[in-house]
Amino acid sequence: MLIKIKRNNELTENDVTDESVYKERRKLLKGLGFAGASTLLAGTGLSLNALAKDSDSSFKTTPLKFTKTNAKQITDKLTPEAKVISHNNFYEFGAKKDQPIEYAKNFKVDPWQLKITGEVNKPFTLDYEQLFSSFELEERIYRLRCVEAWSMVIPWLGFRLADLIKKAEPNSDAKYVKFKTLYDPKQMPGQSNRYLGGGINYPYVEGLRLDEAMNDLSFLSVGLYGKTLPAQNGAPIRLVTPWKYGFKSIKSIVEIELVTRKPKTTWNKLAPNEYGFYANVNPNVDHPRWSQASERRITSGGLFARNRIETQMFNGYAEQVAELYKNMNLKRYY
Amino acid sequence: MLSTKYKIWLLKTLIHLGALLPVVVMYYLAINDLLSADPVEDIIHFTGIGALNLLLITLCVSPLARFFKLGFLLQVRRLLGLYAFFYALLHLNNFLFFELQFDFSLFIDEIVDRPYITVGMLAFVFITALAITSLTLLRRKMGKTWQSLHNYNYVLTILVCIHFFWSVKSEIIEPSIYFIMLFVLLYLRKDKFKRWLKR
Repeated sequence: MLIKIKRNNELTENDVTDESVYKERRKLLKGLGFAGASTLLAGTGLSLNALAKDSDSSFKTTPLKFTKTNAKQITDKLTPEAKVISHNNFYEFGAKKDQPIEYAKNFKVDPWQLKITGEVNKPFTLDYEQLFSSFELEERIYRLRCVEAWSMVIPWLGFRLADLIKKAEPNSDAKYVKFKTLYDPKQMPGQSNRYLGGGINYPYVEGLRLDEAMNDLSFLSVGLYGKTLPAQNGAPIRLVTPWKYGFKSIKSIVEIELVTRKPKTTWNKLAPNEYGFYANVNPNVDHPRWSQASERRITSGGLFARNRIETQMFNGYAEQVAELYKNMNLKRYY
Repeated sequence: MLSTKYKIWLLKTLIHLGALLPVVVMYYLAINDLLSADPVEDIIHFTGIGALNLLLITLCVSPLARFFKLGFLLQVRRLLGLYAFFYALLHLNNFLFFELQFDFSLFIDEIVDRPYITVGMLAFVFITALAITSLTLLRRKMGKTWQSLHNYNYVLTILVCIHFFWSVKSEIIEPSIYFIMLFVLLYLRKDKFKRWLKR
């Protein structure tokens, strides 16, 4: 049974878009026949196109049991669930933010295999059920700061990456952790269609230094808002490193490999001057094409929501992670 | 057979509706948080792409008028150009009001520090000059200089395409398509450009 305890930062009814309202809205837009007219003028890919489609067949999630954590949680206002699951950078399912919710609808996550391999004494594989049963699940409310200068606050469910790595017993050659997303062009249209996939190389690869991976904040998420992850958010299992830009938090992972050399990561390879290996949230180091000093926090509210806030060093997690980088020049190792 | 005057009236009415209705609906939806999760991004992209679309449509007018021998089409070119300016004005203001939320120092910094925004701003300065001088009174006063100023239309459309191409993270196909469309529209004018070069 799922026991729900009310949090002090629980959303009020006004903050949450009821699913039925959400669907009604889609019907309304469809009725207006507006998607066509706006497409004519504004080109393809406008969010209305997705909104105007029915969401009845959306990706199915199921409630998850989890233990309440006593660790101190942040008290920022949560981003409504409807927004968390409809605004995604997951290029495997389309490079526009409203595309993954559509293109990932029929993504098959069961059966799944997650391999833990490389420089370890006890490599192992988790199948779909084991992703949820091997470790005690806890809820963690984390800020997610995208490199594009917007952010969300999301209640994740999952377990510490460190617990998984310890179980595999890394040997002394393990220095880095390399993560890989599923490569399945049949299911992930962005991997076979360059237009949808935004021109990045697949499979998506990310990496952490071993000490970063072992930090208490590094989290493997299997759910959000009390349920299993929707496909567009990285089902069935994804990484969450809240002090780093969102693209580090790789989705739909099939392989975690302990390695000796720093892995070549997807965005870093594509544009090394714009996306570093570390990608720590840092208001003092701008992206070459935009400022990282502030961000827009996505919660509820429309165009007039005054949501621009200062970006914090390490996304506000300096206390937990600053130690990892104490002798590093973060302007050079961005 | 419709009279030319009536045809122009009809066409202008369509342009007004086609340009204004989407703006009204989009702002209504954005203000009430009925678009995607990030209405600010939606409205910035909508007005930006809308401005570029209108610029390209404007560039279609004279080739169409020549090819189909429909001289009256030239009478709606100014209106289309002004709507392109209107969308560009909304685009810039969306950036300042809703994206940067009146952080004027950040606004100035971004224009100076970010080349793709510098390029966009330069295009906006050009289109503003063209919009102001589109007044009949000024046009008469300016005589020959009017046409040379309004030839900057080509330059500013190229700048807008660069601005779009430069703004994306890796999804370069859509901006590339715009470049191709622009190239075709400019190619149709190659004789004109050759004449300029000879002078």
